[in-house]
Amino acid sequence: MVAETLLQAVNDALRTEMEADDRVVLIGEDVGKDGGVFRATEGLINTFGPERVMDAPLNEAGIIGVATGMAMYGMRPVAEIQFMDFIYPGFDQIVSEASKIRYRSGGTYTVPMVIRTPYGGGIKGGIYHSQSTEAYFTHLPGVKVVSPSTPYDAKGLLIASIRDPDVVIFLEPKRVYRSFREEVPEGDYTVPLGKAKTARKGKDVTLVSYGASVHTCIQAAEEASREGISAEVIDLRTLLPIDIETLLASVNRTGRLIVVNEANKFGSFAGEISALVAERAIDVLSAPIYRISGFDTPFSYTWESVFMPDAAKVLEYIRKAVNY
Amino acid sequence: METKLRMDAALFQVMDNEGNFDKELEPEIPKDRLIRMYRVMQTVRMFENIAMGLQRQGRIGFYIGAGGQEACSVGSTAALKDSDWIFPAYREPGALLLRGETVLQLFHQLFGNENDYNKGRQMPNHFNSRDKNIATPSSPIATQIPHAVGMAIAAKMRKTGDIALTYFGDGATSENDFHSGMNFAGIFDAPVIMFCQNNGYAISLPTRRQTRAETLAQKAIAYGIPGERVDGNDILAVYSVTRKAVERARKGGGPTMIEAITYRIGPHSSSDDPTKYRDKSEVDEWMKKEPIRRMRGYLIKKGIWNDDKEKELLEEIDAEIRSAVKVAEGIAKPPIETIFENVYEEMPWHLKEQMEETVSRYGKNYRGG
Ligand SMILES: Cc1ncc(C[n+]2csc(CCOP(=O)(O)OP(=O)(O)O)c2C)c(N)n1
Repeated sequence: MVAETLLQAVNDALRTEMEADDRVVLIGEDVGKDGGVFRATEGLINTFGPERVMDAPLNEAGIIGVATGMAMYGMRPVAEIQFMDFIYPGFDQIVSEASKIRYRSGGTYTVPMVIRTPYGGGIKGGIYHSQSTEAYFTHLPGVKVVSPSTPYDAKGLLIASIRDPDVVIFLEPKRVYRSFREEVPEGDYTVPLGKAKTARKGKDVTLVSYGASVHTCIQAAEEASREGISAEVIDLRTLLPIDIETLLASVNRTGRLIVVNEANKFGSFAGEISALVAERAIDVLSAPIYRISGFDTPFSYTWESVFMPDAAKVLEYIRKAVNY
Repeated sequence: METKLRMDAALFQVMDNEGNFDKELEPEIPKDRLIRMYRVMQTVRMFENIAMGLQRQGRIGFYIGAGGQEACSVGSTAALKDSDWIFPAYREPGALLLRGETVLQLFHQLFGNENDYNKGRQMPNHFNSRDKNIATPSSPIATQIPHAVGMAIAAKMRKTGDIALTYFGDGATSENDFHSGMNFAGIFDAPVIMFCQNNGYAISLPTRRQTRAETLAQKAIAYGIPGERVDGNDILAVYSVTRKAVERARKGGGPTMIEAITYRIGPHSSSDDPTKYRDKSEVDEWMKKEPIRRMRGYLIKKGIWNDDKEKELLEEIDAEIRSAVKVAEGIAKPPIETIFENVYEEMPWHLKEQMEETVSRYGKNYRGG
């Protein structure tokens, strides 16, 4: 075991998988000599050389399109998009190509590719270095969407994503990249895709979240416990395909659901979670399902801390749900 | 086959590193204007030194500088009319200052305060000025290039005589939007200038890893557009090359791409560590071609500048900057309600609801603790 930050765990996962499997290659802007702008690929070029750690020109369509072609040929490319906010020049390659190649070819071609990208606010990044637009991808058949909230999960989920036979969009919560360390096993292990984790047990209300917001929920749950309210926190870890069993089991016990994320609220993934639970468990609910999300405005530089849901806001809704 | 377009791959230069200049090539710029250009270059540099310090102290969130590239934006903006439109990236505070935007206004943007034109919504160095015809930049690279082309096409339709100039880096030439812009500019004969500041790097990636082509300007040829290469640290050369492109555009001759060879002497941004990807000796080499010193050399050789004037100027600029920091830092954040404004012209119900909830949590007209 070694104590690692989430960022180091990502680096560790890449190194572990590159050592184990020579089909794994990295491609992205500044991933080589620079080690990535967040240092997620630090040192990898020294071990694996520039052929496997490919510094790409500034072109996301090319990065994702080229990685798609490599994957079709049997490689295991891991593409890095420097910020999720910059994925859109490559959006067509994801939406029209990578996500549909298995289906449109009747399963004769596949794209075992990972697209890693940091997302979310909390680093004073203003409009274009802060967004959480996972809903564009959870709306897309043919991709899996993963987002860890802890170093242990980051490493295990990333290794599992690289081994996964489909396209995985791997969203790294940049706000918690370096915020804490956790014991992470050395070498190879996986955390399965499609399995949520109960981050905190509780019986009065279920908080469902993923990525950085999980920590906001845990903080709110701790504050709620001082008021005698027992909140359960579910860390989805994989958004698509979602672990519906864990989600429903929790809601069936607590009878209350609050979904927390940083994305714009309207049309966000929080809505999908709400609808799934409403369809399958509305009779157990003793309060409305609440969504606590970012505002339906672009992200703000100056008002970042107000834009992003904080523990105080979550606590307010916990009380509201319990007292409904 | 007949060759229609050729490009001179040699760099156009008017002066050497000491400011010795070629009289034949020297552009005609009035003395006061030259001194104003020099002042703006110095302001950009000193502004940056102070702003980087503010970033290190946590007083602003980020900074992305123009150090070493001042001649590019100042020299090219000087060749435009103030009514022409500029579509900037993030290394062109010189364009704003030359058009008369104040140092104070730039600091409002860095602090994201109530007087910031952007209402505190963008990261530092995303300067716009509606009043000065300088468009609002975003962070995604190269997206402004087609906008400049569109504006230029519209100006042509409207016969206003306005032209567009857009700034972008060497890395931007790899993005699809650059190619879209070039192609549309060529086809629609747009009065637009594509001004590429080739500063040698896109964050860590050297220009030679951005393209296998020997020059960036030669990309213009494939689009049927003239491509020019200029010493981007020679403000007179930048001015002259841009002037020529401006005249061509104004006369209905269509677009020009300019590749200005320059160097970013500082880090990519306050988050960058350039020692990871380049040697100090390279920076030292480029410092010999540093544009401010070169222009000072030129002004002295012209007999319109001396040490006393220099000292006086630097003191003036320093005082201007320090007072601007003090004022801008003291100005409150935009009231919390502004978060919800300008998403649409009229606020829809769901935004009103979110605004009301936020106001009930923080209070009306809240501006932070
Ligand atoms: C679409 C997009 N991809 C990636 C980035 C991250 N990024 C910011 S600046 C930069 C390099 C830009 O290089 P260049 O165009 O040469 O301009 P310079 O910064 O050197 O002036 C990169 C990759 C971005 N802002 N937008």
